[in-house]
Amino acid sequence: MIDLKGYGPALLEGAVVTIELAFFSLALALVLGLVGASAKLSKSRVAIGIATTYTTLIRGVPDLVMMLLFYYGGQVAVNNLSDYLYDAYDIDFFFQFDPFISGVITIGLIFGAYMAETFRGAFLAVESGQIEAARAYGFSQWRTFHRIILPQMLRHALPGIGNNWQVLLKTTALVSIIGLTDMVRVAEEAAKAERMPFHFFIPVAFVYLSLTAGSELFIKWLNKRANVGVVQGS
Amino acid sequence: MPEFLAELLNQNDIFTGPTIMEYWGGLVTTVQLVFLSLILGLLVAVPLAIMRTSKNPLINGPVWFYTYIFRGTPLLIQLYIIYYGLAQIEGIQQTFWWDIFREAFYPALLAFTLNTAAYTTEIIRGAIVATPSGEIEAAKAYGMSWALRMRRIILPSAARRGVQAYSNEVIFMLHASAIASVVTLVDLTGAARNIYSRFYAPFDAFIFVALLYMALTFMLVFAFRKLENYLLQHQRPVSG
Repeated sequence: MIDLKGYGPALLEGAVVTIELAFFSLALALVLGLVGASAKLSKSRVAIGIATTYTTLIRGVPDLVMMLLFYYGGQVAVNNLSDYLYDAYDIDFFFQFDPFISGVITIGLIFGAYMAETFRGAFLAVESGQIEAARAYGFSQWRTFHRIILPQMLRHALPGIGNNWQVLLKTTALVSIIGLTDMVRVAEEAAKAERMPFHFFIPVAFVYLSLTAGSELFIKWLNKRANVGVVQGS
Repeated sequence: MPEFLAELLNQNDIFTGPTIMEYWGGLVTTVQLVFLSLILGLLVAVPLAIMRTSKNPLINGPVWFYTYIFRGTPLLIQLYIIYYGLAQIEGIQQTFWWDIFREAFYPALLAFTLNTAAYTTEIIRGAIVATPSGEIEAAKAYGMSWALRMRRIILPSAARRGVQAYSNEVIFMLHASAIASVVTLVDLTGAARNIYSRFYAPFDAFIFVALLYMALTFMLVFAFRKLENYLLQHQRPVSG
């Protein structure tokens, strides 16, 4: 076993933080993606406009810049709000904007935009006859969505979700820059203190590699399951 | 300078001449870094992609390993390993390499080049593999050698198929280059971070730089659309 100079437990805790961060961000991204895709496919011009602005803005700005903006800007905004509430209504309200929350919000927002595109394509791939049939059976809109559209679109959305997840996982490393003690941060501090960069960064790289490799296998398995009912031409 | 612009600059405390110059310096660094790493990455990726399509595992295996490692780990980790790691190599400080890698720009350039080369290799490989077999058969029937076939048939056809995925990679690289600011480089993001800490004005500093990145992104998108139109000219529907 490699000697981690006593940083082993801290690195392990950091790895747990990384995984938590990735899952919370994924959850937010999936919700935003579904909302964004629904908005893009709706008939309301306002909803289409908002969703298009959202996805365009996200694609134009680097993830790190957005993260810095949310982390530093979020605190200033909260401070201003808290000052205002105290002056105007005598309410003592304060909220520390921590790196974890900023990270989840930023990564969730970014990948929500990518998920929205994935879901939009998947929704469109569901045959309209299926939806018409559900309506003819008297299904409500919600029922049509979760009994007919969702199960069928998932098959088309899975490869896109998988790709987004792989990129998301690697983006979580950026949150160490705004001070979250994830495994990258721990490795960086250890590497500086011990002057052994390879010794600490290579194990962390391997953790990421095994996470992405494991996800790849899992996504393959999910894909197989989702496509059980489909005859594939060879 | 137009008068209204001069007035605007005089009226605020943040966007003064020195600030604008700092952003300009950052812009130059970002553009140099991204442009050089993309060019070098592409030069490395073409031969690697050809090797990657080889049926010999001794040729295609190492390239697969390289792309797998670089695509499976975060660029930030790669940057840290190269930036902090190069200085630790035994004896490097006595060689001329040290004059190059002592500055943060070159380790960052190396990390970005290796990263983008890995992604680009896989993009080109995918495009090569998708070449219609009829095109290759026809080239063989004409008696073209392997090299001629590659140069005249397979690579141009792959370029057309790969350009869209490659444009995404270019934009990804522009955005990823923001992390150069963590190894003391003053690129666009680095400039914004300096200005943020000088004035404690996160919105001004970061929204301004976000707009600059957005402008760069849309310029790239526009340029690639032109390039795609040019490359796929023959497939355009006949109008009129």
